[in-house]
Amino acid sequence: MSYSTNQFKSGLKILLDGEPYNIVDHEMVKPGKGQAFSRVKVRNLKSGRVVEKTFKSGDSVDAADVMELELQYLYYDGEFWTFMDPKSFEQYGADENAMIEARKWIREQDMCTVMLYNGSPLTVEAPNFVELAVTETDPGVRGDTSGGGGKPATLETGTVVRVPLFIDVGDTLKIDTRSGEYVSRA
Amino acid sequence: MSVAIRWQPAASRGALSRRAQRHAAIRARFAGQGVIEVDTPVLAQSSCLDPQVPSYAVPTASGTRYLQTSPEHHMKRLLAAGSGPIYRLGPVFRADERGRWHAPEFTMLEWYRPGFDDQQLMHDVAELVAMLGGPSTVESHRYWDLIAAATGIADPREDRAALRSWCAGQGLDGRTAAGADIDLLLDFIIGVHVGPQLGLQGLAFVTHFPASQAALAQLDPAEPAVARRFELYWQGVELANGFDELCDAGEQRRRFVAEQAARAGHAAASLPLDERLLAALAHGLPPVAGVALGIDRLYALLDGADTLDAVHSFPWEDA
Repeated sequence: MSYSTNQFKSGLKILLDGEPYNIVDHEMVKPGKGQAFSRVKVRNLKSGRVVEKTFKSGDSVDAADVMELELQYLYYDGEFWTFMDPKSFEQYGADENAMIEARKWIREQDMCTVMLYNGSPLTVEAPNFVELAVTETDPGVRGDTSGGGGKPATLETGTVVRVPLFIDVGDTLKIDTRSGEYVSRA
Repeated sequence: MSVAIRWQPAASRGALSRRAQRHAAIRARFAGQGVIEVDTPVLAQSSCLDPQVPSYAVPTASGTRYLQTSPEHHMKRLLAAGSGPIYRLGPVFRADERGRWHAPEFTMLEWYRPGFDDQQLMHDVAELVAMLGGPSTVESHRYWDLIAAATGIADPREDRAALRSWCAGQGLDGRTAAGADIDLLLDFIIGVHVGPQLGLQGLAFVTHFPASQAALAQLDPAEPAVARRFELYWQGVELANGFDELCDAGEQRRRFVAEQAARAGHAAASLPLDERLLAALAHGLPPVAGVALGIDRLYALLDGADTLDAVHSFPWEDA
């Protein structure tokens, strides 16, 4: 499948030099009496890098076989993180590259947005907010709710975040996975 | 379930009112200078042959007619008949051009000044824009100087390979760059890299176009590689295109035939040559300079808008 430049719109997934890209922005460029071009800003779905490309208007570009699914995380076998589509029960294995961010935050049973490229997970997005228990931190300082200063705390997923001084081992914390920051006690 | 239908205009009451005042100021200026307003047909039996300037074809009981991409052919027939200086303010059409600064239907102000050359006409254009509230500072750049400055290639005229690899390095699609002729490479450089940087301090004219982009301009008799064509940019937006007009019917016919051949290469439908224009040129066009100015773009920029839709009562999608 391919797309003509006049079908370009933000969010379209295209294949450039064998790599999948997402169209972020596009604009028609045309000198009054000259060739019309379609100029796009595209994000490489593997590296996240944004580049600008210019096509001759009317040319076509291959579509990237990319789709997003809501999948449930089942287990990690030491190499792959296995996810399941709760509707079809189909299972998908995500490798380390796809999990760089999400592995910091997810626990078994969590629902994640998984982008499949040619049928395999390319990126896995943790839910925006997760609730995780503290497994290790300095003893809490009672009464200090100022939030000033803070200290490191290790969560049950092994990730270390900065938390206020009053947090104790065993507390469950609400974390914003986009910034990686503590939000509140859950 | 009901879907909200957008029936309201896109332009604000203020934008419509300023548009009307500017139209009136333009008409008053030309009237004061003895330039007469003409109305020309919107549907005609031929149209612009340039494959990059596509016309809509309209079936009628008297055969296919074309929505005019500019009033140029009709206005030159008027000039050949002795009209003297003339202008037209009205709609033109470019098939399927759509973007922030492009609409398939837009308003063009086109005028012709017999006895003027391109230099005099540039002054005239700058005066008109300043009268409407545009900037009064004017700079001027030669086409090839802009290409050399943008690419860092010392003599881009002589170094096609360097131009090609520069364009590919700047994100021009590889297949396109590999098969590109010189004009496509130049259009990419001007359209994507040079144009958006032009006219940020005031008005900027581009002059000394390559002969391959002469369109309907005459070549400089002293320097035939150069066309006596100019373009005006303001805030990175191309506003006007002007010519010291080609008056030679034989040369015009050769260019039409070459464009007709190029249309086949671009898979563009063939168009009949405008024999009426050629006959008028053969009769004799006085020495004349003419320019076409995109009125919607100018008004949008004067209003500080970032799309010409801001000054269209009803943009393409709502028309």
